Amino acid sequence: MGLEDLQHNFLTGTLEGFVKWARASSSWGANFGLACCAIEMMATGAANFDLARFGMEVFRASPRQADVMIVAGRVSQKMAPVLRQVYDQMMEPKWVISMGVCASTGGMFNNYAIVQGVDQIVPVDVYAPGCPPGPETLIHSILTLHQKIRTGEITRRISPSGAREGAGIQLAAPRSA
Amino acid sequence: MSEQTPPVEEMTDTAPPSQPATLHGCPTETFFGAEVVHCNRDSYVELCKALKADGYAMPVGVTGVDYLTHPGRSLPESVKAERFEVVVELLSLRQRKRIRVRCQVPGDDPHVPTLFDVWPGVEAHERETYDMFGIRFDGHPDPSRILMPEDWEGHPLRKDYDVGHVPVQFKESPK
Amino acid sequence: MSDTPTNPARRTSLLDKILGRVQPGGEEMAGLLEIKTDEGDQEMAPRQRTSAREMWIESGTTVRTGEGPRLDRMDLDVEAPEDETMILNLGPSHPSTHGVLRVMVELDGETVLRSKPVVGYLHTGMEKTGEELMYHQGSTNVTRMDYLSPFFNELTFSLSVERLLGVEIPPRATWIRMLMSELNRISSHFLWLATNSADIGAINMLVYGWRDREMVLSFFEKVTGLRMNHNYIRPGGVAADLPDGWRDDVLALCEAIPRRMDEYDNLLTGQPILQRRLQGVGPVDADTAIALGLTGPLLRSTGVAWDLRRDMPYLAYDDVDFDVIVGTNGDCWDRYAIRFNEIRESVRIIRQIADMMPSGDFRVQDKKVTPPPRNRIDESMEALIHHFKLYTEGFRVPAGEAYVPVESPRGESGCFIVSDGTSRPYRLHMRAASFANLQALPHLARGSLIADTIAIVSTIDPVLGDVDR
Repeated sequence: MGLEDLQHNFLTGTLEGFVKWARASSSWGANFGLACCAIEMMATGAANFDLARFGMEVFRASPRQADVMIVAGRVSQKMAPVLRQVYDQMMEPKWVISMGVCASTGGMFNNYAIVQGVDQIVPVDVYAPGCPPGPETLIHSILTLHQKIRTGEITRRISPSGAREGAGIQLAAPRSA
Repeated sequence: MSEQTPPVEEMTDTAPPSQPATLHGCPTETFFGAEVVHCNRDSYVELCKALKADGYAMPVGVTGVDYLTHPGRSLPESVKAERFEVVVELLSLRQRKRIRVRCQVPGDDPHVPTLFDVWPGVEAHERETYDMFGIRFDGHPDPSRILMPEDWEGHPLRKDYDVGHVPVQFKESPK
Repeated sequence: MSDTPTNPARRTSLLDKILGRVQPGGEEMAGLLEIKTDEGDQEMAPRQRTSAREMWIESGTTVRTGEGPRLDRMDLDVEAPEDETMILNLGPSHPSTHGVLRVMVELDGETVLRSKPVVGYLHTGMEKTGEELMYHQGSTNVTRMDYLSPFFNELTFSLSVERLLGVEIPPRATWIRMLMSELNRISSHFLWLATNSADIGAINMLVYGWRDREMVLSFFEKVTGLRMNHNYIRPGGVAADLPDGWRDDVLALCEAIPRRMDEYDNLLTGQPILQRRLQGVGPVDADTAIALGLTGPLLRSTGVAWDLRRDMPYLAYDDVDFDVIVGTNGDCWDRYAIRFNEIRESVRIIRQIADMMPSGDFRVQDKKVTPPPRNRIDESMEALIHHFKLYTEGFRVPAGEAYVPVESPRGESGCFIVSDGTSRPYRLHMRAASFANLQALPHLARGSLIADTIAIVSTIDPVLGDVDR
């Protein structure tokens, strides 16, 4: 029984919001660091940048206990089935962040050995560009994912009045275009 | 750019000027600052055993080169050029010297004897050379692929194997 | 939803059917589950299906067979017949294997009888890609090989290209390269300290090691613009000069790091648990190490004082004064101590570099190799043409071959280039230190406990980008 099975009405609306807030505030990462991006992911989790303040307290080695899989690094042909297996072992609800250009599109390695984009294997929610993306980029992508979990969509960054707003602020009225 | 012309004082000798130096019966030269010994399949293992007895105790690496599309390499006259070369890099810690062995391997039947019994440390390097070039090492204890998946077909570093470039799909291009 | 589910874990239950649940991703994704992760001959097979010679390797007896009787597979371990042992798979997705390393071990209880590393999960095809890129692009490719010590990859590539070109690098470029290399050695060893301690259980050190690494990375960002994978050391010199005030930053690092190292010494070295976990674990002797081609701290832990910086000096290492740290027993404790003290030696070298840094050009002033400075492009037509030619066609390198190794934090790392006279390498092969060092795993792991295998893998310090390229 998950959130998706509830009938959406005014009674369950608050409950939905609560559950989504809870999911976003404590999404734990699955350990899928492959290459250089893994080092930056670990650096983001370390003391200088600290992912724990965003709810990503630990990276779980067991995919059964994880919510977000951050695919950090280049996925080779040999690793692709392993990636799919780990993704399938994660419990619903789950999300995927594709970290770095190698995971997003194959990066600078456009050759026989690297899968050109991990979205050929698993559905991806957020792409983080960079080679490797610095910790600030990774944190931004995680916050974007949290917004997506909370609202169901990536929040737009420009309000109707034209003022720029951060990723964490809800819009008063939706943009028509 | 091989250093085969001897110094001026030897030119007046009765020996022919382009007599190449040999090491354990195989022609050797100094190539870009490195000592290189050329051999073919038959003299390969004997040469390596002799080099180990000379003091080259550490195998630095074994790799292959596919000369299929090379415009032309400089080899000593007594060495017949083949499609593949197995290059063995050796190091002598005591004498602080390096030496490189280049063994010619024909392309139609690429196999060489293994050096595993001489230096066990070439095991992984020979597996990689097999995986990437298809050169079989006879007598290797574990002749399986090491870098590519087990069911991969083809040997990626050969010159007739395409790089596998996927063209980038731009937004407006037809799918 | 199919009537015959491909994966038992995804079998649709009655509740799913009532609620009308659909698998996210659809049928195409579910079909991918059929892809096997079995690697056939590359994996460890039960003893009956393994040849005797392969058993020598996996049980770590390769070098000793020269003296003793030839090992028959039946003699492997008479106390543990084959039906009482278990083949266990670690990885490739594992928190402690330093990347995507897969190790298969045969266990008798908790004791390791045989082990076999299965690699290739990060194979990037760098050598093939390197043949498509020009020489000035080559360092972007090669720097991502051993991603913890990117400067060393770039350095060995640049040194090999310069050997082929026959150019002489200006002294300032040489000393800048030395400075960045030694700082990279420090950052790599800090990461090693952090992850090694985390693997053993001293998780506090994980956070400290990353904190100190950040200090070095912020200096790198000032100089090269990037925290990792810098593409800074290029054939011809370095990409840009050191920024103003670099000496103050470097000396601040040289003040802070030794103080921190004393703290960590206090925290770790005297600790009985760490000592029990590392001392006597995974010993290797000097002859085995040399015959296997091991280099770096792994070789020095056996007592062989071989360090390329001192024994076959490159750059300007014969002008600086430093000690080579050597162990005695060849166990994990020696390797820990060697890397720990190499950080201190690198700080010593950096202090000397900061004093002795010469002034001058940061790249060779050869118009055929080095692009002109950006401001000259507006002034001079010739500079514009050179810039254009260099970045579209690249510079040509004479035909030949060269192999110039350096002493990376993992060992001897070298780049073998065969050139054919064009602007792209004909063959680019990186001799990776970790690839050779990983061959030691069966020798070190034989007879140890499974928990020691983790400590052994950690002190071998493989970087899988280096192993798989």
